[in-house]
Amino acid sequence: MAINWFKYSAPSTFYGLAGKAIPWFSISSAILFAVGLYIGFFVAPTDAQQSEAYRIIFIHVPASILSMFIYLVMAGYAALGLIFNTRLSSMMASALAPTGALFALISLWTGALWGKPMWGAWWVWDARLTSELILLFLYLGYIALHASIDDPRRADRASAVLAIIGSVNVPIIYFSVKWWNTLHQGATIKFTGTSMHVAMQQAMFTVLVACWLYAVAVSLARVRSIILERERNTQWVSELPEAKL
Amino acid sequence: MKKSSMLDLFVLVVRRDLILAMRRRADVLTTLIFFVMVVSLFPLGVGPEMGMLRKMAPGVLWVAALLASMLSLVRLFSADYVDGTLEQMMLAPQSLSMLVLGKMVAHWMVSGLPLVLMAPVLGLQFDMSNQALAVLIIGLLLGTPILSMVGAIGAALTLGLRGGGVLLSLLVLPLCIPVLIFGTGAVEAVSTAMSVTPHLSLLGALLLLALVFTPWVTAQALRISME
Repeated sequence: MAINWFKYSAPSTFYGLAGKAIPWFSISSAILFAVGLYIGFFVAPTDAQQSEAYRIIFIHVPASILSMFIYLVMAGYAALGLIFNTRLSSMMASALAPTGALFALISLWTGALWGKPMWGAWWVWDARLTSELILLFLYLGYIALHASIDDPRRADRASAVLAIIGSVNVPIIYFSVKWWNTLHQGATIKFTGTSMHVAMQQAMFTVLVACWLYAVAVSLARVRSIILERERNTQWVSELPEAKL
Repeated sequence: MKKSSMLDLFVLVVRRDLILAMRRRADVLTTLIFFVMVVSLFPLGVGPEMGMLRKMAPGVLWVAALLASMLSLVRLFSADYVDGTLEQMMLAPQSLSMLVLGKMVAHWMVSGLPLVLMAPVLGLQFDMSNQALAVLIIGLLLGTPILSMVGAIGAALTLGLRGGGVLLSLLVLPLCIPVLIFGTGAVEAVSTAMSVTPHLSLLGALLLLALVFTPWVTAQALRISME
């Protein structure tokens, strides 16, 4: 049996699929958040050097990882939309941007809260912090460019070009620790084993998956609104039960 | 035959843009005066202590150059866009990337080069050493073309939009940060008696990358904006 892979690339069919998927993603995200944060705050042992203040990494690290990951996914969708002219890809790209910006902001904010007791300063001009700040700027530039072009087609394509150029920045963030080698501690999780306690790892990965599920749920909800907004004059939208109210 | 026609096109565009700029000299001078003014404001803002000014000089000069080049970028395509010349250029059978490269080079000669030539005079106001000044000029020579080229992408994307100038800076400034880091890093390396070559090599690498990719990307961006 041949599977039609492109069935859900049409906004009209994807709208229904997204609507069915959102509850699953949001409920599992909430459960994993609860489990991950419980392990992080009550099960994981106190750190020998940083005492209790280290526990903010259970939010900080997943938020930082996702802020970078979402940018790459966004640039990927933008590139798909630019190359194959698929409307849904461009909508997904613009739906992901606010969530990515939010995670970048959370990452900077929690980093500052951790930095005050550990480094004695809210903010230091370290390479990683600066790159994360630049990432936030890139998200804001993308959102601003998209918002200031009235024609949705041009807005999608112009911001896609910007997203692709900006994605050059994400590897720089990752390698910045090696390149500039400053105050921010190096990576603790390596492919050759880790120096972290098992409970800490469990908590961090659980929250990471929870954040990822949250990002999926929220951007699906957002893309549904974008679909409705752009397709408001089409037949299938006028036949939706929620449009008839 | 084909090769020489590409080169002819490039020379033609550069010459045309330079002549146009010379006819509107005020625009060129405004950018330069803005650069001088921003740099001169810093000692007034932070105090006249020479030791501190000497330390700040490379950063101040680079940031001022960055802002000044943002100012002139808005005009890179807008005049041609308004009077319809840009549309004709895009219909031309020759490569749009080559044409864009010509406009970038002309833009740099009009707005970047004067900044590079002015920088040593301003550096003297900040009591920079001769060696630091030399490295600053080499860095600016390598770096300011990158600003023009990366900025051209932003100028093409924001073509004809309301509030284009501020939006352009918002898009382009984050992308120019590596140039700023390596440019000021080179001058700081002089004062700490370290080798300046890594910074300058990285700037050169960025320049080559920009030279290869930005004309093509800008041409694509223009096509998106002109549809």
